[in-house]
Amino acid sequence: MKRVSFVTALGLTATIFLGAATAHETDNPAVTARMAIMQLYANNLGQLGAMAKGNVEYSADAATAAANNLGLLVQLDQSTLWPAGTDTDSISNTRALPEIWQNFPDVMAKGKALSEAVTAMQAAAGTDLASLQGAMGALGGACGACHKAYRAPE
Amino acid sequence: MNGPLKLVLIFGTIVGGAGWILTAPSTVESDMLATVSADVERGKTVFYASGCASCHATPDSQDDAKLRLGGGHAFKTDFGTFYAPNISSDVTAGIGAWTDEDLANALIHGTSPEKRHYYPAFPYTTYAQMTLEDVASLRSFLSTLPAVATPNTPHDVRFPFNIRRILGGWKLMFTRKGWVLDGDLTEQQIEGRYLVEALGHCAECHTPRNALGGMKRGSWLAGGPNPDGKGTIPDLTPAGLDWSEGDIAEYLKSGFTPEYDTAGGQMVDVIENTSQLSDAERAAIAAYLKALPVQ
Repeated sequence: MKRVSFVTALGLTATIFLGAATAHETDNPAVTARMAIMQLYANNLGQLGAMAKGNVEYSADAATAAANNLGLLVQLDQSTLWPAGTDTDSISNTRALPEIWQNFPDVMAKGKALSEAVTAMQAAAGTDLASLQGAMGALGGACGACHKAYRAPE
Repeated sequence: MNGPLKLVLIFGTIVGGAGWILTAPSTVESDMLATVSADVERGKTVFYASGCASCHATPDSQDDAKLRLGGGHAFKTDFGTFYAPNISSDVTAGIGAWTDEDLANALIHGTSPEKRHYYPAFPYTTYAQMTLEDVASLRSFLSTLPAVATPNTPHDVRFPFNIRRILGGWKLMFTRKGWVLDGDLTEQQIEGRYLVEALGHCAECHTPRNALGGMKRGSWLAGGPNPDGKGTIPDLTPAGLDWSEGDIAEYLKSGFTPEYDTAGGQMVDVIENTSQLSDAERAAIAAYLKALPVQ
């Protein structure tokens, strides 16, 4: 009897380890690439944000350049960057929730909202500081809407 | 009846009676609101600073629908599941028939118009510090919002927490009167303190709680494990948050962190509210957080 329960325990332990092993770390280039795009967003948003906060002096040219970079980033075709099996259930080095793949039309709608916020920033960034500051909120809202629904907490 | 039993009965009656009196729902004095004047614009600020819509709007509503306060949002806790009630201007399903006094009793004392205790899922331990002017102003703003006919969902709370009277004891232990951050503060820090400690209820999540669900006042805004399970709730004191005041204000406006990542989870809802405040109000919140003691 004792032996049986030991075997059962061994089996359970193995199952647990196998279960844990399914969410493995990946070096899938698609995952690296989509994270890099997020970094590029952050870098350009950071230049606009530094002006919005008054940490860096406002420059219409620099602001326009950063906003136009965002304009290019939203146009990138990311269709190969989100392959199946790269969600938080499958791999460990991502915060992309499986819901992304389940609610694809909504993900696209949120992407469109981001694109509109970026267009508004492109118009505002070169106008004056107040316009730039005014456009930051909608941009943050668009980023946050997707992160709230589709990104796992840290 | 023998002597000791009689003594126990008498003692029990006294303790029980005292307990019954002590746990009675308290209310404001009716005449306190007589001289108070309401300002609907101020009410709008109170509404956003207090984050009413985050819980009371119909779940998953966006933009203008966030002003339809039909309730229904479910909150799963260790004590059971609470459902946010309808606080729309509907006179039967909502609170359209309430007086200023009814709203003051609810916000400041956690007491319903039927003189019953509300569960502290409704953060009245924060709102207890609200001025009566703000209560009346909030009511005047709420009355401008649409009426929603959705009936309330009863809470699903397990025994013994389903006996509302025991909340009187909980309130005795955990109701906060006065300010947590005290001492020599600037006008801006005082404004921030009111926004955080009386309206914003940041501490409801960012201050850890004891086993009875009371806040650990000694760890005010110091964060901790997320009771919802995953992740941790950040420490907002200077010990845990090294952002500048400008960084904090920008985060509350657009949701961008200093690294230009964005808020996630429930903070997205919070920022939908704080983005509606003025730059001066957000700067005041930042000044308050920076004035917190290092724990």
